[in-house]
Amino acid sequence: MSIAVAQDDPHHLGVLAMVTHEGLAPKRIVTGYGFWIFLLSDIVMFSCFFAAYAVLLGQTAGGPSGAQLFNLRNVAVETGCLLFSSFTCGMASIASEERNYFWFQIAMAVTCIFGLAFLWIEFHEFADLVARGAGPSRSAFLSAFFTLVGCHGGHVSAGILWLLTMMAQVFAKGFRADIQRRMLCFALFWHALDIIWVAVFSVVYLLGSAV
Amino acid sequence: MFGKLSWSAVPFDQPIPLLTGAVVIAAILAVLLWVVVRGHLPYLWREWITSVDHKRIGVMYTLLASVMLLRGFADAIMMRAQQALAFQSNGFLPPEHYNQIFSAHGTIMIFFVAMPFVIGLMNLVVPLQLGVRDVAFPTLNSVGFWLTATGALLVNVSLVVGEFARTGWLPYPPLSELTYSPGVGVDYYTWSLEISGVGTLVAGINLVVTVLKIRTRGMTYMRMPIFCWTTLAANLLIVAAFPILTATLAMLILDRYLGFHFFTNEAGGNVMMFMNLIWAWGHPEVYILVLPAFGVFSEVVSTFSGKPLFGYRSMVLATMAICVISFTVWLHHFFTMGAGPDVNAIFGIASMIIAVPTGVKIYNWLFTMFGGRIRFTTPMLWAIGFMVTFIIGGLTGVLVAVPPADFLLHNSLFLVAHFHNVIIGGVLFGAFAGYTYWFPKAFGFRLHEGWGKGAFWCWLIGFYVAFFPLYAVGFLGMTRRMQHYDVAAWTPWLHIASVGAVIILAGIICQIMQLVVSIRERESLRDLTGDPWDGRSLEWSVSSPPPVFNFAVMPDVTGEDAYWSIKRRAQEQAREPDYKPIELPRNSPTGFVCAFFATFVGFAMIWHIWWMVILGLIGAYATFVVFAWRDHDEYEIPADEVARVDRANRAARRDLVTAAGSI
Repeated sequence: MSIAVAQDDPHHLGVLAMVTHEGLAPKRIVTGYGFWIFLLSDIVMFSCFFAAYAVLLGQTAGGPSGAQLFNLRNVAVETGCLLFSSFTCGMASIASEERNYFWFQIAMAVTCIFGLAFLWIEFHEFADLVARGAGPSRSAFLSAFFTLVGCHGGHVSAGILWLLTMMAQVFAKGFRADIQRRMLCFALFWHALDIIWVAVFSVVYLLGSAV
Repeated sequence: MFGKLSWSAVPFDQPIPLLTGAVVIAAILAVLLWVVVRGHLPYLWREWITSVDHKRIGVMYTLLASVMLLRGFADAIMMRAQQALAFQSNGFLPPEHYNQIFSAHGTIMIFFVAMPFVIGLMNLVVPLQLGVRDVAFPTLNSVGFWLTATGALLVNVSLVVGEFARTGWLPYPPLSELTYSPGVGVDYYTWSLEISGVGTLVAGINLVVTVLKIRTRGMTYMRMPIFCWTTLAANLLIVAAFPILTATLAMLILDRYLGFHFFTNEAGGNVMMFMNLIWAWGHPEVYILVLPAFGVFSEVVSTFSGKPLFGYRSMVLATMAICVISFTVWLHHFFTMGAGPDVNAIFGIASMIIAVPTGVKIYNWLFTMFGGRIRFTTPMLWAIGFMVTFIIGGLTGVLVAVPPADFLLHNSLFLVAHFHNVIIGGVLFGAFAGYTYWFPKAFGFRLHEGWGKGAFWCWLIGFYVAFFPLYAVGFLGMTRRMQHYDVAAWTPWLHIASVGAVIILAGIICQIMQLVVSIRERESLRDLTGDPWDGRSLEWSVSSPPPVFNFAVMPDVTGEDAYWSIKRRAQEQAREPDYKPIELPRNSPTGFVCAFFATFVGFAMIWHIWWMVILGLIGAYATFVVFAWRDHDEYEIPADEVARVDRANRAARRDLVTAAGSI
């Protein structure tokens, strides 16, 4: 090996030393990537609540179990609302890419309505449980249930606040590059909530009804 | 109106916290007064508080850590004094106060000293090493810092308003549940860590994306300095582990505030779930702290040995191996809590395995020094002191990783000695090495070597005198956190330990003197070239302190040890580049204002002042909306200005090269 090569490769990387790198990623990539990392951390947080639910599922302390409490028909409607809102959120993303103001606002408004419908059903489910004496302080199982599902519901509420802010911002500022990046993050957030809901539906309601 | 808050929350009958609080408040007011009267307030606001420059934010993180180190050390020396005096007596600290002190000491040292210190160094250095002008998310970076500061503030408010947790640095239930800790102490703990935890997560996301996506042309992964690799590993751990802390503390909060039953004794709660969750965060946390320190030592040892780092590839591999394995050892923190021999054996073996990549690193540093032309500067002394100390701490760690041995040593002062051995010898020495090493880069003048060496020797000797007796009393059966005791055989060891604490105090005084003397003699310590140590990575290729845009022209990296090869080829003396205007993010008070509201939310949550919680949340949301509504988020530095700054730096370097050539 010639001396010149040895000097250019002090760490003896061999072929690895030949890899090239083009420099900074564009802003859209950086923002989206960063938001993905945030979502992953959020999913780690949810996984703790899932783990707590799994551990405490049987700890009903003589109180009602999931099978006695869950109304799967309601949950199916909730799921439908949320999945459909994800579809319309996708439509809003396309409208944002196309800079189509009218369809953007329509799609966002429909997303908002379905999100609110989801929250309304969830709120009634919670209120009904509390009224029947099955509130979160009844048993460890119900604590875990309310926390996990409530945490998802809290995320949806925050998402709706974000959604309304996005609508107002596009109304006031139009499709600026930074606003489009923000829309990209919002869409990622909204879809991620869907993925978490699928897990909630399966683990909390389906498996929980079996106990 | 004010929830649980009333005048009885201020401990008028306890002279120690009251006096300390009065002195601290007086000092803060005096500094504020000085700042306002001398007219520095606009400068502070414009250049620091609202700054989104990663170098400024890094410095502020480090400053926060240094101030909190004083607080944490004050707690430490009080504990050592108490235990030295408390043989068959009550000492000078009543039990409820002593319990708050050891809880606050641990909380502050981990979350508000070690964490901000390493995050500060990473913020300051990593973009410079990667050859770029900023981090991925500059404004979020500022938000992260200020939320960390909020957490620190809340912990310190507990000194004079109410009380701090008496549960230890991790609030184990059921002790931390409302039944056994009805006061606001645990609430101070949980809310300050929830808020600063968000800040840490933000910092983690920012640095991960910076290392993965924001690198200059040619800076491939395998050309990054090791400090960038350890930054990547540590911040991946932050992103994966801190949400667990957030979730766990949220469960504890729900138990305490709304009567949930996650960790209670009744209604099916599960205490062991807390142990598992908190340590699933807690053990990666240890590596979040020590990996950046390993990175600092890699840079320091390589620079002051005048050689490329030995075993770069194995160093990268070891770093990433630690990053993964650190998630598989958490159970060794509670071998005694009934998991059974099979589970204990698996986690014991995993804990020993993680010592292997760490050992690889030690050998790499040793072989880097071997045959090198070593310069025994202060940072290098910290590195060598670290290697000796950390090996001992690692060995006692492997010892307690053996479950049967752990059954004897669990919760004894042996354990306390072990983790101080790795955290002081590893993290803190690393932080001090990095502080001395990069100080000239941040401020443009070196730190005084004499005082620095004095600080090093006091810290090193003080550490051994303070903590090796604790290994001995641990073997003699002394458990941790004892406010008083009746065993005469322990007393001499505890007396020696308190002498050690005094020697460490001398080290801290040396560090303060070092800073004062260095500032006063800054002209003679001035770093004119930007490369005071004959460094090897790109941060030394810019002036000290670097211009706000870091690099006038983005460097094009063609090999490892990027700046070393540039120096060797004297490329920088080639023809002047074509200067272009540079766009930089505008400063923003978002972080500061957001943290202002977060402070109120946290305080109001602790004291159940619900209207203030709502106002604070609205304020924080409004802050972000105002930020999102900005029309101009960047400003431009004209090409002329870039050229002027860069020419001055080039001229200084040319003089250096000429001077070196004439010798």
